[in-house]
Amino acid sequence: MAYTEQEVLAGLAEIVAEETGLAVETVTADKSFVDDLDIDSLSIMTIVTHAEDKFEVTIPDEAAKDFNTVGDAVNFIVGAQG
Amino acid sequence: MSTNVVVTGLGATTPLGGDVASTWKAALAGESGARTLDNDWAEKYGIGVNFAAQIKVKPEEVLARPEMKKMDPSAQYAIIATREAWADAGSPDVDPTRLGAVVSSGIGGIWTTLDGWDTLRERGGRRVLPMTVPMLMPNSPAAYVELEIGAQAGAHALVSACASGAEAIGYAVDMIRLGRADVVVAGGTEACLHPMPLAAFAASRTLSQRNDNPAGASRPYDQDRDGFVMAEGAGIVVLESEEHAKARGAKIYAQVSGVGLSSDAYHLTSPEPTGRGQIAAMTMSLKNAGVDLSDVHHVNAHATSTTVGDLIEARAVRTLFGDNADQIKLSATKSLTGHLLGGAGALETIFTVLAVHDRVAPPTINVDNPDPELTLDLVRDTPRELPRGDIAALNNSFGFGGHNVALVVRNA
Repeated sequence: MAYTEQEVLAGLAEIVAEETGLAVETVTADKSFVDDLDIDSLSIMTIVTHAEDKFEVTIPDEAAKDFNTVGDAVNFIVGAQG
Repeated sequence: MSTNVVVTGLGATTPLGGDVASTWKAALAGESGARTLDNDWAEKYGIGVNFAAQIKVKPEEVLARPEMKKMDPSAQYAIIATREAWADAGSPDVDPTRLGAVVSSGIGGIWTTLDGWDTLRERGGRRVLPMTVPMLMPNSPAAYVELEIGAQAGAHALVSACASGAEAIGYAVDMIRLGRADVVVAGGTEACLHPMPLAAFAASRTLSQRNDNPAGASRPYDQDRDGFVMAEGAGIVVLESEEHAKARGAKIYAQVSGVGLSSDAYHLTSPEPTGRGQIAAMTMSLKNAGVDLSDVHHVNAHATSTTVGDLIEARAVRTLFGDNADQIKLSATKSLTGHLLGGAGALETIFTVLAVHDRVAPPTINVDNPDPELTLDLVRDTPRELPRGDIAALNNSFGFGGHNVALVVRNA
């Protein structure tokens, strides 16, 4: 069962909120992890680990490295689903 | 003239309470922090001991969830205690390059270590969280405290098993005396109430097996003592040069005026039977403090409630102090709190500071039949008054590995 883009965004926002304490509604697709949400690299990797688990996908380091915005991550996850 | 080091802030989270005031109140009331475990470990894993002294106020009641998730419980407890101690000191405005942190743990981030191993085995390498290493490393509590207060004069984590918390405070005193810092936040923390260390301590036959009476299990100097009670928690003090404290008009609890250290070079776990190393540490601390044997009116004993260890220390005190030991009121507060391992020396320094400040020696509970070989004045069941005027007190802490630490506390 593939997740829709909406579902991935909602799920990812929950993971980010849990990890950082940010309000879920502030985690929108246009936000940059580093510049807007002020998330450090170790926390981004933690979020990636939880996202792999939740959406049952593999996110290679090279892909994660290129995530600028939340939307980038959502697009990758949606595309990586089987 | 060496720099006087004073205590200006206290913080703790313990089996008796979530802060210093509630912990001290419960200690003076002779309460035990030991309970039957609120889990099924003993049955599930076949561990012979089903009780311990868990902290009274859980971290989730105090810390925000995102910050909690980035800390091993040992760091969580240290941060809770640090916030209290720092606020108690008046959240002083200190030059960050003159501010240090020394926070120790005896066991380290063992929950994180073992959780990471469980994850790896059950779910594979990609599920191991990236924060695992900074959470499990033994200097993690010291690093979190360093970040919390912005300490730039050095952050250290000295490890000497059950003497760790006292050694941290001793090292912090030395940092101030050596002119490396004006203010140092120091103490110890432990969070190893996980089934593996519980099983391991039980296997070493050092734990009390009194499963039917947890509150009566820690009974230092009682004839029927049968081992210590595992506990968790943290104690943190704010230490400051007297000059710095006075310049900012800080409240001063007491002075930590002497540090004594030695090592037994005898056995990995058994204390040297004549108390040679313990006497050496106490002697050094008194000399370091410039106090005479006749100045000491209170000793907070290491006394963990083991058959052998308690008496070696009691004899060492008698041997060193001779007739002067008659005026010493001896307290074994592990009867109340259980054994906080790396947190013990710090919490017991807090007790010693409060004893000198409030002029009251806390009680030792569960001593139904004192060991006939004990020749010291043990404070039993109810607190006892300490004299007015200038007095000194001693806090002893000893650890597996033959580590001996003695700290001298004097009134301000």
